[in-house]
Amino acid sequence: MDRKALAAAFPVTVPVLMGYLAIGIAFGLMLQEIGYNFIWAFFMSLTIYAGSGQYLGVTLLSAAAGLGTVAVMTLLINFRHLVYGLSMLEKFRGMGWRKLYMIFSLTDETYALLSSAQAPVGVDPKSFYFAIALLDQSYWILGSVVGGVAGAVIPFSTEGVDFAMTALFVVIAVDQWKTYKKHLPALLGCAVTVVFLIVLGSFFGQDQMLLVSLGVIVLLLLLLRDRLEEKEGEAC
Amino acid sequence: MLSTGAAIASIAVMAIVTFLTRVLPFLLFDRGESPPKLVLYLGRVLPPAIIAMLVVYCLRGVSFAAPGGWVPQLLCVAVVAALHLWKHNNLLSIFGGTILYMVLVQAVFA
Repeated sequence: MDRKALAAAFPVTVPVLMGYLAIGIAFGLMLQEIGYNFIWAFFMSLTIYAGSGQYLGVTLLSAAAGLGTVAVMTLLINFRHLVYGLSMLEKFRGMGWRKLYMIFSLTDETYALLSSAQAPVGVDPKSFYFAIALLDQSYWILGSVVGGVAGAVIPFSTEGVDFAMTALFVVIAVDQWKTYKKHLPALLGCAVTVVFLIVLGSFFGQDQMLLVSLGVIVLLLLLLRDRLEEKEGEAC
Repeated sequence: MLSTGAAIASIAVMAIVTFLTRVLPFLLFDRGESPPKLVLYLGRVLPPAIIAMLVVYCLRGVSFAAPGGWVPQLLCVAVVAALHLWKHNNLLSIFGGTILYMVLVQAVFA
């Protein structure tokens, strides 16, 4: 590992260090609460490495969800990664074997750092990107293991800590609300899910209705394409 | 609780599917041609719709039969959103809301 690249990458990753330790600890706590200790937290953070995906994973594990449901839910929550990849095509070119790790480790936070950070003069940009990705994952693993251990030893009840997942999604939704010029997709996603998951889900089973909700959302977005793209043109 | 084998299988599926969502753009579009417009359009409009869907999904357990079934969830969602609009600090928003929720479910509506 290129030490100069590591030294240059570390200050850039400090905000992620704070965030990942905190969210990772909450993940470890939640996992411990449903009966999976820090060893599970370690391996999940090593092999999956997705914040919101692993939070959802806790719910799926505790509900003993079937593998099909696990696959579909994981796909849904990570769908946004498709967009990240599209904008990293150029950046990762020519990284050789490290490219595979760069793709594996493309979380929201690493994506955000890679989109903005510039390698200092004299540091190879590709080693710099790789160091950022590697440091970020090490923070995430550390946080989740600390959380798992803490959950097993702290004396007070951690009931309700799973709300951290809801809170994380609300935070993402607020950020998106401020970033996006048009709010119809978010409102649509909310309204369709309320109708199908909450109202119809009580009759037909919520797991199936979540998929139906997604189908209806995609269909409506496709039908509204002219309107949504036109609006975006106006805003520019 | 799942058996150890079933839990490992679940985690393996999560890992594989997560990696697929990350590698797919590289497999499909890494040869220089730009992605179809429809893909780019969905890539822009789907994320906010899906996050909104997941927020509702997280709140699926809300019940209006008793105050304990809805006050903690909806109040804390409002607190998280308000904190985030005010201070714009992920940690403060997430932990502020979660700690309040834990207090509410453990002490107030227990």
